[in-house]
Amino acid sequence: MPDSLETTLRNATIAVLVENEAGILARVVGLFSGRGYNIESLTVASVDADRRLSRITIVTSGTDMVIEQIKAQLDRLVPVHKVSDLTLEGPHLARELALIKVVGKGEARMEALRLADAFRARVVDATIESFVFEMTGAGEKLDAFIALMRPIGLAEVSRTGVVAIARGPGGFEA
Amino acid sequence: MSATLQTTETRTMNGAEIVLQALKDNGVEVIFGYPGGAVLPLYDALFQQNAIRHILVRHEQAAVHAAEGYARSTGKVGVVLVTSGPGATNAVTGLVDALMDSIPVICLTGQVPTHLIGNDAFQEADTTGITRPATKHNYLVKDIRKLAGVVHEAFYVAKSGRPGPVVIDLPKDILIGKGPYSEAPQAPHRSYRPQSEPDMASIQAAVRLLKGAKRPVVYAGGGVINSGPEASRLLGEFVRMASMPCTNTLMGLGAFPSEDPQFLGMLGMHGTYEANLAMHGCDVMLNIGARFDDRVTGRLNAFSPNSKKIHADIDPSSINKNVKVDVAIVGDAGAVLKALIECWQADEQPQDRAAIAEWWRAIDGWRGTGCLQYRQEGSIIKPQHAVKRLYEITQEMGRETFITTEVGQHQMWAAQYFGFQKPNRWMTSGGLGTMGYGLPAAMGVQIAHPDALVIDIAGEASILMNIQEMGTLAQYRLPVKVFILNNEYMGMVRQWQELLHGSRYSESYSEALPDFVRLAEAFHARGMRVTEASQLDDAIREMIAHPGPVIADIAVAKDENCFPMIPSGAAHNEMILAPGQEGGVTGVTDEGKVLV
Repeated sequence: MPDSLETTLRNATIAVLVENEAGILARVVGLFSGRGYNIESLTVASVDADRRLSRITIVTSGTDMVIEQIKAQLDRLVPVHKVSDLTLEGPHLARELALIKVVGKGEARMEALRLADAFRARVVDATIESFVFEMTGAGEKLDAFIALMRPIGLAEVSRTGVVAIARGPGGFEA
Repeated sequence: MSATLQTTETRTMNGAEIVLQALKDNGVEVIFGYPGGAVLPLYDALFQQNAIRHILVRHEQAAVHAAEGYARSTGKVGVVLVTSGPGATNAVTGLVDALMDSIPVICLTGQVPTHLIGNDAFQEADTTGITRPATKHNYLVKDIRKLAGVVHEAFYVAKSGRPGPVVIDLPKDILIGKGPYSEAPQAPHRSYRPQSEPDMASIQAAVRLLKGAKRPVVYAGGGVINSGPEASRLLGEFVRMASMPCTNTLMGLGAFPSEDPQFLGMLGMHGTYEANLAMHGCDVMLNIGARFDDRVTGRLNAFSPNSKKIHADIDPSSINKNVKVDVAIVGDAGAVLKALIECWQADEQPQDRAAIAEWWRAIDGWRGTGCLQYRQEGSIIKPQHAVKRLYEITQEMGRETFITTEVGQHQMWAAQYFGFQKPNRWMTSGGLGTMGYGLPAAMGVQIAHPDALVIDIAGEASILMNIQEMGTLAQYRLPVKVFILNNEYMGMVRQWQELLHGSRYSESYSEALPDFVRLAEAFHARGMRVTEASQLDDAIREMIAHPGPVIADIAVAKDENCFPMIPSGAAHNEMILAPGQEGGVTGVTDEGKVLV
C-alpha cells in the first residue's frame, strides 16, 4: 500500500459490473490481495444471463486515496464494465441474508422463536430441538440477532455478505 | 452494448493456422520463441510458411525480453511463442518486466489438451492463474470458434491505453482442431475502452497553472515514448515554447533531447542535482506520462512540497496513487501535449518572464555543482569515463545507435552519461529492475534494426543471467556489442552495503568470473579485454567496427560508487554527491533502511 499521507479510514461499498467469464472473480480477488487492500465482504452472481453480466458487491475500507485507487484498479481490468462507489455516490440500500441455526429445547426454544418474531426472521426449518432462521437486513441487524442467539443455543451461521443498490431511478448499465 | 462480429470472410483452418493468420493480419513479421510438446502444431504451421520469421532463443525469459526490445525500438507489438509448463513459467519474469514498463507484448503459451487440464499432466502449469498478476490481461482458449477473435482482441488490449503484456494460453487440441477464421471485429470492445483524448476542462486548468508559474518544471516519462515519436516532438515544442526546464525519468530518456539546453538530465535516486532540486523547488510541476515512482519521488512527505502538480497519464489508476495532484488529465501523452499547445497558444495570459529568468538562474547555479563530474586519472578506467567515451565515439561515427542495459550501477551510469536525442533508442528494465534484460533486449532491437549499432551496456554479474543468448546472436549473425563494465562486484549491491551496512560485502563479490574473451569465442563472437585507460578509445572503435557480435570486457575501478544519490527515505534536497562535491549529505534513517 502506498505511503499515504492521509490516515482517516472510511468504508466503501463498491458495485462492479463484469463479464460473466471464467477467472473474473480471481482477477478481482487477486487485485485486492496483491495490492494489500481489505475485503470485508464480497458477493457475486450473474445478473443478466443474456448479456453475460455479473455483479460483484465489495465492502472495503481505506483512506480516500486508497479507495480511489481500488476503483481505478478495478476499472482497469479488461472484463470490467463499470465501477461505482455506492457509499460516495448518494443514498443506497445494503442488505444481507443470513441462515442461522439455533439448537435447544424448552424455554430456550420458545425464547428463540419470540426473538425471531421481533426481528422478523423467518423459520425455514424446524425439528423438535432446532430451528433454522432466515433473516434479511442491514448487517448490524443481523449482528444483533446473532448476538442474541449465542447464549440461547446458536449452532451455525451462514451469511451472504452485502448486496447493495443505489436508491432512486438511476440505473447501473454496462 | 453488444459486440457484433462483422465477419468479412470466414475460412476454416486448424487452430495453429488460425493463430498465424491472425498474427499476420495484425502486422506481425517476427516472433521470438522456443518449441516444446504442446506447441508443436504451431511450429509445424510456422515451418510451412514464410510470412513470419521465427527467432529461436535459448531461454524463454530471453524471448520475452527480445520481444520487449523489438517493441520498444519500433513501437510495434512484440510477439513470443513458448510451450506449456516450464516454457510458460520461464517467461513470467519477462512478462512482469513488460507489465511494469508498459511494453506491448503478446505471449502465446502452449497448454496441455483441454481434457487434461487440471490433471497435473506432463508439462502442465496453471498458466492463466500464474500470469494473471503478471499481465495486463490473459486468455485461455477452450473453444476454437473464439480463437481468432481472442488473438485480435489480445493485440488491441496489448497496444491500446497503457500498453502491456497479454498471454494467450493455447491447449494443444485447440491448435490441432479445425475452426473458422474471422478478421478483426470493427465493433468496440464490450467492456474495455481506454480514454486517449483528454478532457478540455483539465487541459485549461493545467494551462492556467502553467502560464502563471514562476518556477515551472516538466517531468516526462515513458508514456511520452509509448505514445510514439510525435509525442516527443510535441514535448520539445511545448517545453521550448514555454521556456521551461525539462527532466526525464529513466523510462523517458530520449523523449527530450539530452543535448538541449533546457534539459536537466534524469531525475530521481541517481538523477542530477539540478533536476532533483528543480523538482523540489518548483511551484508548478507538469508530469506527463510518468507515475511518481518511488525511485523518482524519494520520501513522499517531502516530495516537491510547495508545488501545484499536474499529472497527465493514460492510466487513471496512476493518478493520485502515490502523490495527490491538483490537476489530473487522463489521456495519451501525444494527445495531451497537442491540446496543451493549442490551449497555451489560445490563452492570452502572459507568462511571468522575469520570474522564469530568475528560476533559470537558480537552475544554472545548481548545474554549476557539476554533479556528474569525475576525474579520470591514471590507468584504471572509471566506469563513467567508459560510458562517456562510448557515447562520444558513437556520436562522432554518426551511426544510428540503440542502447540496452542490464540492471545495476552500469545501468545508472549509462542513463547519466549516454545522451539520447531521439525516443525509442534506449531500452532498460526500469520498473522491475531485471538483471539479464539487456542482452536479449538487444537481440530484439537488432532484429528490428539490422543495420543499426546496438550496444548492451552491461555489468559482469548481470550479463551472466542470460549469457546463453550469445548462441542466438551467433545463429542469426546479430552484430550486438556487449560492453561490460567489469568491476568484479554486483556493484549496486556493493554500493548499498558500503553506505547502509557498514561495508560488509555479503555475497556481492563476483567470484570465479569466466574469461569473457574465451567465452565470446566459444560462442563464435569476438572477445576483447581492456584494462588500461589509454586503450579504451581504440577498443571502442574496434568493437564498433567489427561486423559481428562482440563482448568487450572493460575492467573498471572496483569501488566506484554511483552518484548523485538520494538515499532511501530521503528527500530530493538531501542528495549525496560524489566525494569532493558540495551538497547536503544526510545519514540514512532506520525507516530509510527498510526501503529498497
